[in-house]
Amino acid sequence: MTTPRIYKTEAIVLRQRKLGEAGKIVTLYTPNYGKLDAVAKGVRRPKSRLGGHLEVLTHTAVVVAQGRNLDTVTQAQTVESFGGLRADLHRLSRALYAAELVDRFSPEGAESYHVFQLLLATLRRLVSAKNVDTVLRYLEMQLLGLAGFQPQLARCVNCERALAAAPSHFSPDAGGVLCPSCGPEGAGSRTLSLNALKVMRLLQSGSFAEVSRVRVASALAQEIEMHLRAYLIHVLERDVRSAAFIDRLRREDFWQPAGVSS
Amino acid sequence: MDVTPSAAAPVVRLIEEFHKLPGVGPKSAQRLTYYLLRAPQDEAKALAQAILEVKEKITFCSICQNVTDRDPCLICANEERDAALVCVVEEPLDILALERTGSYNGLYHVLHGVISPMDGVGPEHLKVEELLARLKDGSVQEVILATNPNLEGEATAMYLGRLLRPLGVRVTRLARGLPSGADLEYADDLTLTRALEGRQEMG
Ligand SMILES: [Zn+2]
Ligand SMILES: [Zn+2]
Repeated sequence: MTTPRIYKTEAIVLRQRKLGEAGKIVTLYTPNYGKLDAVAKGVRRPKSRLGGHLEVLTHTAVVVAQGRNLDTVTQAQTVESFGGLRADLHRLSRALYAAELVDRFSPEGAESYHVFQLLLATLRRLVSAKNVDTVLRYLEMQLLGLAGFQPQLARCVNCERALAAAPSHFSPDAGGVLCPSCGPEGAGSRTLSLNALKVMRLLQSGSFAEVSRVRVASALAQEIEMHLRAYLIHVLERDVRSAAFIDRLRREDFWQPAGVSS
Repeated sequence: MDVTPSAAAPVVRLIEEFHKLPGVGPKSAQRLTYYLLRAPQDEAKALAQAILEVKEKITFCSICQNVTDRDPCLICANEERDAALVCVVEEPLDILALERTGSYNGLYHVLHGVISPMDGVGPEHLKVEELLARLKDGSVQEVILATNPNLEGEATAMYLGRLLRPLGVRVTRLARGLPSGADLEYADDLTLTRALEGRQEMG
């Protein structure tokens, strides 16, 4: 899509970095123009009319003027601020992870309607979901599918036979499940329980409503998270940095006296 | 100005060095470099010396982590200041802004950053351990969290709040006079004073 010189778009703010005197560069995710960087001048000054409407994790409506190097945000109006995320460190840490994941998966300017809708739905779910980690697993699997990295969970990636109702292996390198007679292959593959496989299939092809109706015990949730994280690192060829903060909050909850976590 | 390609290497190098500085774009880096090329020798020398001196003489205060040329710093060493009150800020520049108001008489603690999970910056990269160490002897009664009112500042305040509250110290947050997205550094004195005076218990 060719972009007009001045254009209006919805956007979700993925990240910001400081620029020059009191300005910022904001990374926006838009439904029609994909991911783009734009300059927001003077937003660090308290009198800025834009600043509050371009915070990270805000769903906002912006007017952008194309520049020679970088575009500039000339107007911004918050559509949805997700206040519930900002007041809760657990929800906030997951939302930042979601934004980073979308950022990593999105080359600049790529078509993006479905990813935009997925991210928007994810942020809304994170505001109120009872299990915030299920929201992330669904995002991960759906995003992998949209980006063309859908792991093969229906049949063995090696012999292509349908999988029996038995533990198998998940191999990030091979791009999916290896049956018991083909796996394990190499150091990268790990044992995949039958229940984990079932839940991962549901994450891949079910709706979020269906996924959230399934009760997943914490050991099983951990197993699924481990497989998906290994696969994401393989696909992205790097760590998702925000995961470290989520891990840290979990660790600290464990040793903090009950009732003090916020 | 006549700069032949063979003479340009040091010029290019200086432009690159300026460009690394925060807030200096490629254009400003060129302007600064060509200004110095034209400036008297003494002026250039004075600048170079000032830069070296800052690196050699300035350290971090072992109590509040602010930049200082003596340890403890002038603020920490001032016995007229209220040592029961510690105001936690992101950067040394924030101390300048708060001192300018003249309405704060406690001590400070500089984190040297904010929690920014996407950039890989966690609490372990900030001066959090140092803050916890200051609270051990019980002389500090209130910690004011004065991180910026943006997402990362709020996240950092929430994180510190849940870390400090179990220690029995009163934890407060600057009032909402500062609009979200703004930096403390750019706030006017009156707004900052109001934000300090209207600080609220973190819940
Ligand atoms: Zn097989
Ligand atoms: Zn000091």
